[in-house]
Amino acid sequence: MVEGFLNQLPIGLSIGAVLLLIALGLTFTFGQMGVINMAHGEFIMAGAYTAFLLQDFAGRSAVLVALPVAFVVAGLMGLLLERLAIRHFYGRPLDTLLLTWGVSLVLQQVARDLFGAPNVQVLSPTWLQGAIGPMPYNRLFILALAVGSVVAIWLYMNRSAQGRRMQAVMQNRQLAATSGINTGRVDQRTFFIGSGLAGIAGVALTLIGPVGPTLGTYYIVDAFLVVVAGGLGQLRGAVIAAAALGLLNSYAEFWTNASLAKVIVFAAIIAFLQFRPQGLFVLRSRALT
Amino acid sequence: MRNSTWRAGAVAAALVTAIAACGGDPATTEGTASGGGGDTIKVGLLHSLSGTMAISEVTVRDAELLAIEEINKAGGVLGKQLEPVVEDGASDWPTFAEKANKLIAQDKVATVFGGWTSASRKAMLPVFEKRKALLWYPVQYEGLESSPYIFYTGATTNQQIIPGLDYLKEQGKKKIFLVGSDYVFPRTANKIIKAYAAANGMEILGEEYTPLGHTEYSTLTNKVVQAKPDAVFNTLNGDSNVAFFKQLKSAGVTAESMPVLSVSVAEEEVTGIGVDNIVGHPVAWNYYQTTETAANTKFVEAFKAKYGATKVTSDPMEAGYNAVYLWAEAAKKAGTVEVEALKKAAGGIALERPEGLVTIDGETQHMYKTARIGIIQPDGLIKEVWNSGEPIKPDPYLKTYPWAGGLAS
Amino acid sequence: MTAVLEKPTRQLTPKEPRQWKGPAVFVAVAIIALVVMPLVLEPFRLGLLAKYLCYAIVALGIGLAWGQGGMLTLGQGVFFGLGGYAMGMYLKLNDAGGDLPDFMVWSGVEDLPALWAPFGNPVFALAMVVVVPLVVAVLLGTLVFRQRVRGAYFAILTQALAAAMVILLVGQQGLTGGTNGLTNFFDFFGNDVAAESTQRGLYLTVAIVLGVLYLAAWQLVRSRFGRLLLAVRDGEDRVRFLGYNPATVKTITFAISAVMAGIAGALFVPVVGIISPALLGVVPSLELVVAVAVGGRFALAGAVLGAVVMGYAKTYFSEELPDAWLYLQGALFILVMTLAPKGIVGVATALRARVRKEASA
Repeated sequence: MVEGFLNQLPIGLSIGAVLLLIALGLTFTFGQMGVINMAHGEFIMAGAYTAFLLQDFAGRSAVLVALPVAFVVAGLMGLLLERLAIRHFYGRPLDTLLLTWGVSLVLQQVARDLFGAPNVQVLSPTWLQGAIGPMPYNRLFILALAVGSVVAIWLYMNRSAQGRRMQAVMQNRQLAATSGINTGRVDQRTFFIGSGLAGIAGVALTLIGPVGPTLGTYYIVDAFLVVVAGGLGQLRGAVIAAAALGLLNSYAEFWTNASLAKVIVFAAIIAFLQFRPQGLFVLRSRALT
Repeated sequence: MRNSTWRAGAVAAALVTAIAACGGDPATTEGTASGGGGDTIKVGLLHSLSGTMAISEVTVRDAELLAIEEINKAGGVLGKQLEPVVEDGASDWPTFAEKANKLIAQDKVATVFGGWTSASRKAMLPVFEKRKALLWYPVQYEGLESSPYIFYTGATTNQQIIPGLDYLKEQGKKKIFLVGSDYVFPRTANKIIKAYAAANGMEILGEEYTPLGHTEYSTLTNKVVQAKPDAVFNTLNGDSNVAFFKQLKSAGVTAESMPVLSVSVAEEEVTGIGVDNIVGHPVAWNYYQTTETAANTKFVEAFKAKYGATKVTSDPMEAGYNAVYLWAEAAKKAGTVEVEALKKAAGGIALERPEGLVTIDGETQHMYKTARIGIIQPDGLIKEVWNSGEPIKPDPYLKTYPWAGGLAS
Repeated sequence: MTAVLEKPTRQLTPKEPRQWKGPAVFVAVAIIALVVMPLVLEPFRLGLLAKYLCYAIVALGIGLAWGQGGMLTLGQGVFFGLGGYAMGMYLKLNDAGGDLPDFMVWSGVEDLPALWAPFGNPVFALAMVVVVPLVVAVLLGTLVFRQRVRGAYFAILTQALAAAMVILLVGQQGLTGGTNGLTNFFDFFGNDVAAESTQRGLYLTVAIVLGVLYLAAWQLVRSRFGRLLLAVRDGEDRVRFLGYNPATVKTITFAISAVMAGIAGALFVPVVGIISPALLGVVPSLELVVAVAVGGRFALAGAVLGAVVMGYAKTYFSEELPDAWLYLQGALFILVMTLAPKGIVGVATALRARVRKEASA
């Protein structure tokens, strides 16, 4: 019992790492552009299928090779979506939700036609088999991937000129535009990166879950909850929210069961938003809505 | 606002009229051909062709279409060719009821082959009972049902769950952990398992359910590993199996240390789970692609010839394939496809099928079936290691098992 | 924000000349729905139309909350389900006639749960169809709107609510029937529920309820409250500065839309013969919102129209080309959202305006 209890701590963190990976990209597309991208789940799916396809060339280590490739594939899909449709929707955030839901349905059907309805097999690398205590290597890998992504994003946002422009647009779009920042370009880049992160999450998920056309639908609601709890466009908010929700889920399920744990997490989020309706961290703004 | 709302109302009116008018058309034009009359006999195939259940149900529809094609080649039924009317249940239970109504009332089919989930069967049941039409349901299920208008060609609990437990008992597995998806079949199965365990000196260490489509199994894995059972009885459904086996494997659980007996994992699911992750674990069914009967060699060959060499055959597919043959046989015996006469004729019909001898039990409208336990092989197929020796009489209410008293009150 | 897709200028003119066209159309639609349809349609098709009209009642509520009030609610399925289960529980108890309902027997429940007992009384059950959604919506609305949770946050919260509701219902199999839901009803207030006459009566009931609720919603939109609602949609903070409390306005509207969904759910149960968790999850809730968008969210008639059109399209395509349905559905949303954000009604109005312009030029 005690051992089981202690084991839940790293398990909770690893659940949090999965949540963080699936939500990280959304934090930015949602945070900066207010776009509720329901197709984010399908970008995750695209990442997973990238790993599947690369198996033919890279064998069992496909997961490693797939990380950068999936980033680009999912990123390009996001970019395409932004260019073709979403850019006409700025200022109508709720409409993007329905638009991207339509996109997500189409992408699911495309996946079904390309790869078939049944799940496909993605073999995990042999060097990821095994565990330290309750933590399997593949969970540690996901944890490392999540941490790596956060560090990379932080560096990008704070240490590069592009990243600082991104922050500027996020904080005040009009002011950024009048200061000479090409906000359209920044939006494209954000969407590319945000969607690319979904691709990376998809590769990671092949280690622990099913790879099929409906993969995205399993994660999309959770991803949005992390973003809402963390606050829009807030890197630290997303990290803390993901970890907290992961731990809450882990212990709630340990003491009750999987169904009830989900309900407890939902209830906790609704209760939390009572105290902080804008999430953990809020971008202060004087703009009148 | 007032003005525009009313104007919109005008448009609405026009469109509603148009739509309803269209809706009326097919009813009057198509409704003439009836199941018995004409040159062909219409039969309905009602499975999910879209949505989450499509993965499984499409394969059953394919097997049923194959059977229809074969029967037609051999001269049809009562001298008439069968004409399949395929409808999509869309993984949505009310849609199943709606389409069942359509097949019976509008297409006037002679019988319907369809369904997979218990929920879809429960939704269709009142339709068939009220319209006095016939449904052939091809999937193993939780028992406790015996509708006069349904024939059950899959296993009931005493042909799958109980043999699975017999097998575990024979293997000396005394401490069992129960893992299942949160719906009717696993809950009923686990109730039976608990009663069986109590009567047979087995111990149930835990009973856990996860929502359908659940993919995060690290906590559950921890619970299972901590409980140290001899074996796990797995009634998870669909994609959850993929996540469960992947995460169980990475926690270091192997088929040797802790076999997981599954009752909803068949040949088609093995690839998606990853052979690596599930090799060596046992499953309980009535049929495997490797089952050695003459009828099966023919079935597998025909299926691969029609749908591709990489396709596998599985238990529910075979049960769907059987259903068409059993119905055709009953029609021949009755000399008509009329429901009541056909039902009366069906009892006692025995056919050599891919799974072995299948006999219709006239009383329950279930089948006598041989239970088979198999082990998942490195090539993704399943090898039989144990069987019940003879076809088991179906007992959906477990009336002949003293320890099960009170389960089916 | 939305920059008000619909210009409200004309509504503010104090006295409009009395319109006769609109009411005439309403009466015409009513005659078609109540007299022509039952004569023309086969019983099976009439049943389908009754189902779409149930969805149309939910859509009307969404049109009110979203189109007029700017609250994108992705969880209407929850209220639909609450109403549906209240009705389903009564029907099940009525059929069981003092025994346990069938699903409880095979779920191993031995005594009737306390939650169920009062639903044996039809008056109580019918009251609950309205009361439960109302109470839940008022509670949720008060909590959420007071804290100024809005826009996307509200949408995601309601979506999470729908997801949680499904898990909760599925998990309590002995109480709710689990994934199977409640089905296999026989008696509906003394009539055989499957009989053609009952089904025709149910269709007429649904159509009349829809008509009455439509008129009520229309009156509401026309009223002072309706204008306040529009103002809240287009500039919530500004309304607050004017001394109104937007939270109250939104909560009331949200509650009305919830009650409509609850009534629709209750009617749906005898019409279709089943209520199950799959009917109130994220996807069916979203589909209805999309139907409203397709019909035209800024007009109440658009919402109703959208629900009927999408319901019919779903049936038609799944009968004719099941494989293409997801593509078509997806493509339709994309097209409507990009090219015609005001939906069919918007397109129709624009066409009419153009025709009139050309005629006068």
